[in-house]
Amino acid sequence: MRYLMMTTDDSSSAGGPPDEAMMAEMGRFIEEMTRAGVLLATGGLEPGGKRITSSGGKVTITDGPFSEAKEQVVGFALVEVRDEAEAIELSRRFWAIVGDGQGTIQRVFGPEEDFPG
Amino acid sequence: MTSEAHRTAETVWRLESGRIIAGVAGVVRDVGLAEELAQDALVAALEQWPESGVPGNPGAWLMTVARRRAVDRIRRDHRYAERLADIGHRMETAETVEADPERIEDDMLRLIFTACHPVLPEPSRVALTLRMLGGLTTTEIARAFLVPEPTVAQRIVRAKKALGDAGVPFEVPSGADRADRLSSVLAVLYLIFNEGYAATSGDDWLRGDLCREALRLGRLLAGLMPREAEAHGLVALMEIQASRARARTGPSGEPVPLPAQDRALWDPLLVRRGFAALLRAREVGGPPGPYVLQAGIAACHARAATAEDTDWTQIAALYDILAGVAPSPVVELNRAVAVGMARGPAAGLKVLDAVAADASVRDRHLFPSVRGDLLERLGRDAEARAEFRRAAELTANEAERRALLRRAGA
Repeated sequence: MRYLMMTTDDSSSAGGPPDEAMMAEMGRFIEEMTRAGVLLATGGLEPGGKRITSSGGKVTITDGPFSEAKEQVVGFALVEVRDEAEAIELSRRFWAIVGDGQGTIQRVFGPEEDFPG
Repeated sequence: MTSEAHRTAETVWRLESGRIIAGVAGVVRDVGLAEELAQDALVAALEQWPESGVPGNPGAWLMTVARRRAVDRIRRDHRYAERLADIGHRMETAETVEADPERIEDDMLRLIFTACHPVLPEPSRVALTLRMLGGLTTTEIARAFLVPEPTVAQRIVRAKKALGDAGVPFEVPSGADRADRLSSVLAVLYLIFNEGYAATSGDDWLRGDLCREALRLGRLLAGLMPREAEAHGLVALMEIQASRARARTGPSGEPVPLPAQDRALWDPLLVRRGFAALLRAREVGGPPGPYVLQAGIAACHARAATAEDTDWTQIAALYDILAGVAPSPVVELNRAVAVGMARGPAAGLKVLDAVAADASVRDRHLFPSVRGDLLERLGRDAEARAEFRRAAELTANEAERRALLRRAGA
């Protein structure tokens, strides 16, 4: 099953320069997970972005910045694991490298959900 | 708290046991013993973590404990003296295990090749691979393969013993048999994949898991052997086939043949991953092997937006090459379909009738069904109907039989 892990912006870590040793360790972790066939896709997200609202058939595009920056998703990882416990364990390893912060883990329902049987 | 520590230990084990067993086997050069020692480390974790708390890096903890036990075991080994020089080197590596992930990767590759050694019967290779590298329990393997648990347990025990008795070295072969040994590894992974892919009954969610497990192990192997085009080819083939999982059965479980599948249900992420793997295979270069060719054929289908857009000329050309590289009656049957689409029904029929003497394809429902299709397109309706009737008799699937009987005009 697939899980989408997202890290949300946390003002305490935002703005600080990325620690080189941490980045290197994260690079190794990402490589290991990719090679293990667990990590399907990952990336960081542009801060802010654009907001799209659809209402009554009309689509409106709004430019940032948005006030609730803390809720912003800043990075994601799509993983394929055997159960939720594995997803949580991978998340633990991620946070052990990153340090303080917060995020979410959500099951993805999609094409692979109907894998044979 | 206790049960949470237990759950964490078990989850980490599932994720990391392949690496841990490989890392220990790198010290003791014996996969059976390595698995025992790694299991001992898991037991230690189950005992200690509820008291001491889960360590910061639980995988590394398990690895260190297991490797330490391996070194202790070797120290007690009565052959200590005669193997001193060799052991001294291995103990050094054991002490510095966490600093050298590359060494562990080499050991994982050795573990895969050992588990898939031709000295073992195929079902044992499968069981050992899933157990040692997939972290699956004997129970899970038994349920996935619809065999009794003691059978799987016995296969694993016998396999470990057979490896020891045959003196199979813990290594990746580099000499003349390297290509054969790699084919054995790839065949085991593809067998696991197909076992899950062909699932029509039983504990289906677990059998579906076999597909995912084979994919995971395939991706792992390709990452460990980036210069082997066929490893990437197998991954590409499995990714693209897996992408169709949702489309290949209808609402009442009947199989939906590829041309009739709703392509919107194909998983685009897996299709793209398949294309990427195929590109990596082509970058490696060399004449394409059977997996690269099959992946190329699968990619042709994946690229076609509709069944009508399918590039049958390209597919028929790939089957022509495949028939030369890995000839088999089944390949000829598929080639007949492709040639029939690309060069007309008469050409397809010629390919098909050339294997008509082979009972392994002739007596399966696909043969008369393909033949009926080609004859129908040639306007030989009476003969076509007879073939569809025969196909209807041979198929085990009720929905398919009804469809064939309709075409037979019965």
